[in-house]
Amino acid sequence: MLKKNLKAWLYLLPALLFLGAFMVYPLIDVFVYSLEEGYNSASQTYHGVGLFNYSYVLHDPYFLQAVKNTFILVIITVPLSTILALFISLGLNSIQPLRHAYQTIYFLPYVTNTLAVGLVFMVLFKKTPYSEGMVNLLINWFGGQSVDFIDGPYWAKMFVLCFYTIWVVLPFKVLILTSALASVDENLYKAARLDNTPKWRMFTRITLPMISPMIFYLVITGFIGAFKAYSDAVALFGTDLNAAGMNTIVGYVYDMLYGNSGGYPSFASAAALILFAIVLTITCINLLISKKHVHH
Amino acid sequence: MKIRLENLTKKFPNRNKKHGEYVIAVNDFDFEIPSGKLIGLLGPSGCGKSTTLNLISGLETPTEGKIFFGEDDVTHLPPENRGVGLVFQNYALYPHLTVQQNIMFPLQNLRGKDKLSKDEMKRRALEAAKLVQIDTLMERKPSELSGGQQQRVAIARALVKMPRVLLLDEPLSNLDARLRLQTREEIRRIQKATGITTIFVTHDQDEAMSISDQIVVMKDGVVHQIGKPQEVYDHPTNLFVATFLGTPSINVFRARVQGEKLYIGEENVLATPGIQDRDVICAIRPEGFLLDQEGPFTLGLDRVEIMGRDTSVVCTHEAAVSEVLRAIVRTDSLVDEEKNTVRFSLLPRKVHLFDPETEEDLPFEV
Amino acid sequence: MQMNTDYAKIERRSLFRRRTGKAVTYFLLTLWALIVLFPFYWMLLTSVKSYGAYNAEYVPAFFTLSPTFENYHTAFTAVPLARYFTNTLIFTLVTTAVMLVVIVLAAFAFARLEFKGKNLLFTLFLSLMMIPTELVVITNFQTITNLGMRNTFAGLILPSVTSVFYIYLLKENFEQIPEELYKAAQVDGTGDFKYLLKVMIPISQPTIVTIVILKIIECWNSYVWPRLITDDPMYFLVSNGIQEIRENGFGRENIPAMMAAVVVISVPLIVLFLIFRKKVMAGVSRGGTKG
Repeated sequence: MLKKNLKAWLYLLPALLFLGAFMVYPLIDVFVYSLEEGYNSASQTYHGVGLFNYSYVLHDPYFLQAVKNTFILVIITVPLSTILALFISLGLNSIQPLRHAYQTIYFLPYVTNTLAVGLVFMVLFKKTPYSEGMVNLLINWFGGQSVDFIDGPYWAKMFVLCFYTIWVVLPFKVLILTSALASVDENLYKAARLDNTPKWRMFTRITLPMISPMIFYLVITGFIGAFKAYSDAVALFGTDLNAAGMNTIVGYVYDMLYGNSGGYPSFASAAALILFAIVLTITCINLLISKKHVHH
Repeated sequence: MKIRLENLTKKFPNRNKKHGEYVIAVNDFDFEIPSGKLIGLLGPSGCGKSTTLNLISGLETPTEGKIFFGEDDVTHLPPENRGVGLVFQNYALYPHLTVQQNIMFPLQNLRGKDKLSKDEMKRRALEAAKLVQIDTLMERKPSELSGGQQQRVAIARALVKMPRVLLLDEPLSNLDARLRLQTREEIRRIQKATGITTIFVTHDQDEAMSISDQIVVMKDGVVHQIGKPQEVYDHPTNLFVATFLGTPSINVFRARVQGEKLYIGEENVLATPGIQDRDVICAIRPEGFLLDQEGPFTLGLDRVEIMGRDTSVVCTHEAAVSEVLRAIVRTDSLVDEEKNTVRFSLLPRKVHLFDPETEEDLPFEV
Repeated sequence: MQMNTDYAKIERRSLFRRRTGKAVTYFLLTLWALIVLFPFYWMLLTSVKSYGAYNAEYVPAFFTLSPTFENYHTAFTAVPLARYFTNTLIFTLVTTAVMLVVIVLAAFAFARLEFKGKNLLFTLFLSLMMIPTELVVITNFQTITNLGMRNTFAGLILPSVTSVFYIYLLKENFEQIPEELYKAAQVDGTGDFKYLLKVMIPISQPTIVTIVILKIIECWNSYVWPRLITDDPMYFLVSNGIQEIRENGFGRENIPAMMAAVVVISVPLIVLFLIFRKKVMAGVSRGGTKG
C-alpha cells in the first residue's frame, strides 16, 4: 500500500511542483503583498501591515479610469457580442450551401494573434496627416465627419476598442451557439411547423429555452473574459494605456508591476484582488439569475 | 376526409454519386385512403414509408405526383397550412413545457377569427388529455413521464387542434412489449372515437395487422400490396408480402409443378389445378401443416417447442429456402420426438406458389 | 374551386417569404463575413504596397497594380523578425511538450491509481481552476525575477507548463477507458507506465490532439507574460515583437513593412487552422475560451 501511494505521488509530482510554485504559493502571496505597506522591490522590505494599498489604489485616478473603461467595455461588448453571435448562428443554421465556408471565415479571428491584427485595426481606424484612413473614408462617403479613432476623442477610442473586442470574441460564441442550435431536436421544429407556429414564436418558445444553458454559459464566460480585457487595448493604443486614457483594470495591474510606472507589486496585488472580487460578484449574480431562468 | 395520392414519387439526390444520381424513396404511389379509416403503412426500414408520411404532412415535397385532401390539391401547400397532426417517433415533446403547455401549444398559434380564449384553450387541452387518459398529469414535465405517457401527450397534442388527418410515425417502437399491445388498442380506440383519417407507419406487421382497416405493404419505395389485413395475409400478391407478413414467418421451398401436382423434393405434396408444368417457389404458412401419420409431406424433425396453446415443430428439408422451418400444431397433437422425421398433410389455402423469376403469385384452384 | 385559389395564394406567399428570408440571411451573413475578412485583406494588400506608394495615397486604394515583396525583405532585415519567430516556435513546442508530460502523468494518477487523499486532492485541483492568472502573475513575476530567470526560455516556459483544466479534461477521458483493460494489463504483468504509454495515450489521442491544438494557439498568441519577463529583444516572442515593431521598429510610419510582419506572424496559425479545421473547431468548442 505504501509503495502504491508512493508511486501515485510520483506521477503527480511534476504537476504538484509546478502548481505549487506557480499557482498555490502566488495565490497566498498575493494576499500578503496586498497587505504589506510600502513594499520595496529592490530591498524586499516593507514598513507596515494594513489596507493602505487598497485605499491607495481606490483613490488612484488611473485606477478609477481603468475601472470605468473596463465596465463600459463589459457592458457594451458582452450583450452585444452574445446577441450578434446568436443572430449569426441562427443564420448559419438556416442555410445549407456555403455553410462550412461561412463557419470557417467566422472562426478566423480566433486563430489570429490579437496583437498583430490589432495593428491592422489601428491602421484601418487611424487618421494621420498623410491619410484619412480606411474607416474615415467610409464615413466620408456616407457624408460624415472624419474622426481620429486612435488618438482622438474618448468615445471614438472606446468604439474601436469595443468593435475590436467583439470581432475577437465572436468566433468562440458563434461556434458554441451554432453547435447548441444544431443539437436541438429537429422534430421539435417540424412539430411546431405543422401546428402553424409563427417564426418568432418558434424562436422565443422553443429555440431560446432549448439553448438557454449555452447562452448563460457564454454570458458568464463573456463577463469574466471582458473584465480581463487588456491585450486588445494594447494592440490598438500601444503599451502606454494610461496616457491614452484607455487603460483597463488588468492593464493597471501590469503597469503597477512593471513598465514605466512599475515596481509596486503591493499596489498591483491590491488591484488584482479588487478585480477578482468584482468578477466573483458578477459571476455569482449571473449564476443566481441563470438558476431562475435556464431550462436544463 | 379522404386522401388521394396520385403517382407520388420522391427522389433524393444521392450522396455517393457512384450509386447513381438519385435514391428513389417513394416510387409511383397511387392510393386513395377512404375517409375516417385507420391505415397502416408497413415495410422494412428504409422502404419509404416514413417519406410517404412526410410527403402527406408536407415536410417533404414530392418530385412527381400529387396529393389531394378531399378534392383539394395540397401538393405544394406548406405543412403549416395543411391542418395535419403528426406524432413523431421520438414524440418531439417540448421538454421545457408542462404537459398542459405542450397540448395547448398548437392552440396558441390560432390567430384572427380562430383565436381562442385562455379558458377555452385549457378546456380543449383537458378534453384531449381526457381522451388519451393523461388528464391527471397536466402539470408534469415530459421528463417526468414514462414512455407510454409521453406517447399519449404527443397524440393529445396532435389531436387538440382537430386535424384533418392524423399521422403517426412508428408510434409504438419506443415502448416495451407489454405497453405496445396496450397502446395499439388505445390508438384504435382513439381513432374510432374521433373518426379522423389516420395513417400510421410501422415495421412491425403484428401492429399493422391488428388495428388497421387497411394495410399498405412497401419495399424499396414500391407499394407491393394494399388491402384489408386478413386479405393481404391470405392472398399475398408476391413472395415479399408473403414472407413479410405473419409470425412465425412463412416457410419457403424450392418446388416444381408437374401434371398439376406440386412436388417438393421427390414427394407429391398437393394438387394444384390450373398451374402449368414449371419450377415454382412454394410458401406454406406454419398453420398450413397438419400432423398426419399418412401425410404426403415428410420433413426432418429437429425439435419441438411447446408454446402453451400451440406447439411449434421445427423441421428441416433439403429443398427449404427458409433458414428455419416451423409448423404450428395444436398442443394436444402428439409428435414422436424419438423419430427423425415427421409427416404432414397440407391445407391448400395456406399454400402459395410464386414464379421464381418475378416472385409474383401463381394462383391455383383450391 | 374556391378552396383551390385560396391555396394557390398561400403557396405563393409562403414561397415568396421563404425566398426573401433566404436572401436576407445570405446578405447579412456575407456582410459579416466581409467585416471579418476585410482586415486580413487589408493587411495582405498593404504589405505588398511599396512604402512610397502607400504614403502617397491620401485616399487609400483598394488594390494595387504593382505589388512588391520589398516589405517582407525589410521586415526580416530591419528588425529581428526571424528571431521572434524562432523564439515563439521554441516556446510553443517546448511548453506544449513539457505540459503534455506533466498533465498525462497527473491525469493518469487521478484516473487509475489509488492513493490516500485522492478525492481531497482532486477537489483542491478543481478549485484551482477558478483562479485567474492575473492574480498569480504578480508573484510569479517576482519569483522569476528573484531566480534571475528574466530573459531566459526557462522563465518564459515554466509557469505555463501545467493546466488544471487540461488535467481535468484528460482525466475524464482516461476514466472512460474500461477499467477491465487496466486489470487485464495488470494480470499480464504490464507495468503502469507501459500501460499508460501503449494503451491509454493511443486511445485518448483525440483529446490529446485537442489539448495540443488549444495549447499551441494559446502559446502562439501569448503576450502578457512574455512582455513582463523579457525586455531583451533576443527573447521576444512574436506578440512582443510586433509591439516593439509598432513602437520602435522601421521608423514609426513604415506601415507596409509592419503589415508584412503581421502577415508573417499570422500565417502559421491560419494555415494550421485551415488544415485541421474540424479538429480545431471541435477542440475549441470542447474546451476553449477566449475573451
